[in-house]
Amino acid sequence: MKLTKILLASTSLTLAAGLVQAQEMANDMTLVSWGGAYQSSQQNAYVAPYLEANPDVTAVWDESSAEAVAKLRAMNEAGNITWDLVDVVASDAIRLCDEGLAMEYDPDELLAPGDDGTPASDDFGDLIVSDCFIPQIVYSTTFGYRTDMVGDTPPTKICDVFDLETYPGKRSLEKRPINNMEWALLCDGVAKDEVYDVLGTPEGQERALAKLDTIKDEVIWWSAGADTPQLLADGEIVMGSTYNGRLFSVIEEQDQPVAMLWDAQVFDLDGWIIPAGLPEDRLARVKDFVRFATDTQRLADQAKYISYGPARASSAPLVGEHAELGIKMAPHMPTDPENAKNTFLYNYEFWADYRDDIDAKFQAWLAK
Amino acid sequence: MVALTPISRTPVSFYVPVVAAAGAFAGLLVGTAQGQSLLGLVGGAVALAIIALVITQLMDNEKASRWGLTLLMLVGGFMIGGLPGGVIGGLFGWFFGWFTFWLFEGRYRATVPPYLTPGQVLWHYGFRVICGAIFIFLITPILVVMPLSFNAEDFFTFTPEMLRFDPDGYSLKHYRDFFTSSDWQQALRNSILIAPMATLLSVSFGTLAAIGLSQPHVPFRRAIMAILISPMIVPLIISAAGMYFFYSRIGLQGTYLGVVLAHAALGIPFVIITVTATLVGFDTSLTRAAANMGANPVTTFFRVQMPLILPGVISGGLFAFITSFDEVVVVLFVGSAGQKTLPWQMFTGLREQISPTILAVATILVVISIALLTVVELLRRRSERLRGMSPG
Repeated sequence: MKLTKILLASTSLTLAAGLVQAQEMANDMTLVSWGGAYQSSQQNAYVAPYLEANPDVTAVWDESSAEAVAKLRAMNEAGNITWDLVDVVASDAIRLCDEGLAMEYDPDELLAPGDDGTPASDDFGDLIVSDCFIPQIVYSTTFGYRTDMVGDTPPTKICDVFDLETYPGKRSLEKRPINNMEWALLCDGVAKDEVYDVLGTPEGQERALAKLDTIKDEVIWWSAGADTPQLLADGEIVMGSTYNGRLFSVIEEQDQPVAMLWDAQVFDLDGWIIPAGLPEDRLARVKDFVRFATDTQRLADQAKYISYGPARASSAPLVGEHAELGIKMAPHMPTDPENAKNTFLYNYEFWADYRDDIDAKFQAWLAK
Repeated sequence: MVALTPISRTPVSFYVPVVAAAGAFAGLLVGTAQGQSLLGLVGGAVALAIIALVITQLMDNEKASRWGLTLLMLVGGFMIGGLPGGVIGGLFGWFFGWFTFWLFEGRYRATVPPYLTPGQVLWHYGFRVICGAIFIFLITPILVVMPLSFNAEDFFTFTPEMLRFDPDGYSLKHYRDFFTSSDWQQALRNSILIAPMATLLSVSFGTLAAIGLSQPHVPFRRAIMAILISPMIVPLIISAAGMYFFYSRIGLQGTYLGVVLAHAALGIPFVIITVTATLVGFDTSLTRAAANMGANPVTTFFRVQMPLILPGVISGGLFAFITSFDEVVVVLFVGSAGQKTLPWQMFTGLREQISPTILAVATILVVISIALLTVVELLRRRSERLRGMSPG
């Protein structure tokens, strides 16, 4: 029954998109996200309320954000775009926009103004880093450590990661040069505002790798955001980097003996892109959904479920308490002044220019 | 056990070093778990050598020594590692008590033919140990998953509570999560829908192809066979990418039908191979006899040939079912989020959030697989008994 319905629906969609659907908006959406706690925060904060307000609409999640760029390329080549809205990090959004795979949009037309009347382009401000990127949250990559494995002097500075004498044991780092190279230079005595100048030179890259070399034997490399929380819970590592929301979940929701090390956390952005070339009716539905899902209240609601900062300035005052634990969320936000004393913003231009080159060097160094 | 060879006690210079070597291995395992491999290695060897000497030379009573050793190790293990330590210690004690006397009394020689050289005896037992070790390496990862799926925490970790056998350390919440989460239930429904349909298609087409290709007059038999079997040989990712672009163009990508067809294509080679193998033993004069008695080819197939090649068809079908049920690469390409199957859900779940719900699902799937294989085996035995093919 259901199968035939779906078969019919999909064949009719592909054969004659405009013919069958009488109304202007499609009723099925495929949303692409990261899975886990982040996706459930999206589900709770705006997908479920939207579906409640529009009972005819169904939304399906696809946890493919990690390979969104490759999959969108393939879909484009096959001429068969099956996704309606894709959650990606800002750097992927920039790439997709450059390749023409994501749709450019006008912020003030597509997105709702803030609840104080600020136009969307001002409310999001600088966070709209690409013409295709619809920002949702600010997150950070930072360190967590086992409180029961560091003795009486818990680490307070990023350079404690490189201090094997005071904090012996394994640490986990992401298996890519981004962030690790910056942290290494910072702890090798490079001033914060010169990090990218130094990293732009071959000598600087060698220097960063040499610093990483000092802890290489004690590093477990991770590639999925869930790895470090698991390793911390196992007591397999003393400290490790991951996304701050994952650490929040380990500390507050799972009650593990873990604490945050906010020093030199690296800010990054995550948001939606709309794939280029959607049929009219699906585009209309997605636009309607995005307008709802990125308004001031909805973005503030998301912070009830996960400790990522809303991308709208007007949402910040509305951030309240955790939906289940009832604790105040503001002190757990990466943007909280107490946590953001020393921060880095992911440098999109630098990494866009140098990524391939430094990636190759980093991988060669890893294999040594 | 029939004694083939008269046995006698062995010299100290033989059994003590062997027991010490086994002790060193056990000590290595225990020591590594504590982070001190070398100490465990040496300690295990020395301790077991002394124990072997004491219980064989100073005490006469075999039964008492073995019980005493088991009890001693049990208590010792309990003091060091609590209840699990006690269990492991007790098992070690029982094993080494038995092992020492087995060697000391020369019992290992009793069940092998008398003409074997010492080297052949060593190989006789070495071979069994190797087989056992392979078995353990294959099975342990599957068994470890099962207790972990009852973890009360959201990590793949044996918590201290679990190791103490504290009921608070265990919970069914991951099973509850599986049965209440709409994502998992949708994935289960998709798998249960897709796998049988793909199996049905594979079995029908595969059996027909195998029968056709076993006819001697079919031209290019080898070439056709090679093409049909190619999905099994070509790397899955290549087939998947090819199917993705082809199915996208004809509107099958992201539909149930597309996934079913793709999985059927993957399952067909298994059916062809197993059915072809059973057809080798099929006596073609039976079909001629049936034709002689007036049966048309279709009747002949269903009444004569099919019952005889059924075991091959069933095992081919089982392989096809498991292929579809376990498959993740092709469905990631050919399916869309609406056709998310269990392996797909497990794959994303493992990558994005390491949740023991995956272990709960794995445990359920293992139980289902065991049940399925048992049922098929019982049915096979029953049908053989009914047909009088087996003496059982």
